[in-house]
Amino acid sequence: MNQLQNFTKGLLKENPILVLVLGTCPTLATTSSAMNGMGMGVATTFVLIGSNVVISLLAKLIPDKVRIPAFIVVIASFVTVVDLVMQAYVPDLYKTLGIFIPLIVVNCIVLGRAEAFASKNTVLSSFVDGLGMGLGFTLALGILGAFREIVGSGAIFGHKFIQGDGILVFILAPGAFMALGYMIALVNKIKKT
Amino acid sequence: MEYILIIISALIVNNVVLAQFLGICPFLGVSNKVNTALGMAGAVTFVIVLATMVTYLIQVYVLNKLGIAFMQTITFILVIAALVQMVEIILKKISQPLYQALGIFLPLITTNCAVLGVAILVIKKNYNLLEGVVFGAATALGFGLALIILAGIREQFELADIPKGMKGVPISLVTAGILALAFMGFTGIVK
Repeated sequence: MNQLQNFTKGLLKENPILVLVLGTCPTLATTSSAMNGMGMGVATTFVLIGSNVVISLLAKLIPDKVRIPAFIVVIASFVTVVDLVMQAYVPDLYKTLGIFIPLIVVNCIVLGRAEAFASKNTVLSSFVDGLGMGLGFTLALGILGAFREIVGSGAIFGHKFIQGDGILVFILAPGAFMALGYMIALVNKIKKT
Repeated sequence: MEYILIIISALIVNNVVLAQFLGICPFLGVSNKVNTALGMAGAVTFVIVLATMVTYLIQVYVLNKLGIAFMQTITFILVIAALVQMVEIILKKISQPLYQALGIFLPLITTNCAVLGVAILVIKKNYNLLEGVVFGAATALGFGLALIILAGIREQFELADIPKGMKGVPISLVTAGILALAFMGFTGIVK
């Protein structure tokens, strides 16, 4: 039961993007299509799980004073792994996401979970927490990406279903801000009622 | 001429926050008041210029020389974290007023992705040291510009009747969207 709660809280109740509003930079930058958004989500999920597991293993060995730099080194190692793997196997996606792959290292969600959860809990709980948070992140990115792709270019996962162009502004920067703003407003509204 | 193009491009056309989505967290977090926004903008400019210089030199003289360019992410983030700490300690010693003004913002800067972003972009774009520093400074000023404009607008929100669900982050994001729309008007000035 406890593990189930650890898992589901990341999806809805403590969704990193829609409720905690962490990691907004990659959220806005990589959601020009559903596929890009989810690609970013999966990459971040991998880093989250990896760093959560390793940090929960090392938590007792790391002196309290240097814990933040130590966490950052662990996270940066996993980010480097993701960076190199994506460069090798999905070069197109790697090119689209560009600078935001190395920037996973400063994504507040990852360090936030390491500090708030993994350093205080067991390996299994940390794994489940990382998975839940990562999937919550991926879910929010997927929804935002799908919305922007549908409205902006009249397509979903690259399949076009209308003739001509969509509302182009939603693919561009302003649409990202507005779409996320209204999405969070909607979640606020649902939560309160 | 080249430097002017870099400045205009980084400052308005490809504004770091509104067009490249770097540094959104502090952009939303400390844009409540114009004064705090000014402090943050100052601190970020200081750190970005310094970090760009140091990371550039490390990339060229250490990582490339040793053939370990894949260590870029780890090295850069550690350098930036150490740099921020050092700046904080030095400021505290030599300039109390400046420390009072920037002090509380300094620890927040390590997690500002604009700092690491600029450091990596300078390497990606193959700038030389001077171009890199100019690019870094212009980007930081662009960050400050966007931050202060948003702070100015948000101060007015206190008088506005905003729907409950829209209060806080959502309305800031929508405002930022409209700002981004305005900045898009500059597209095409620089290729």
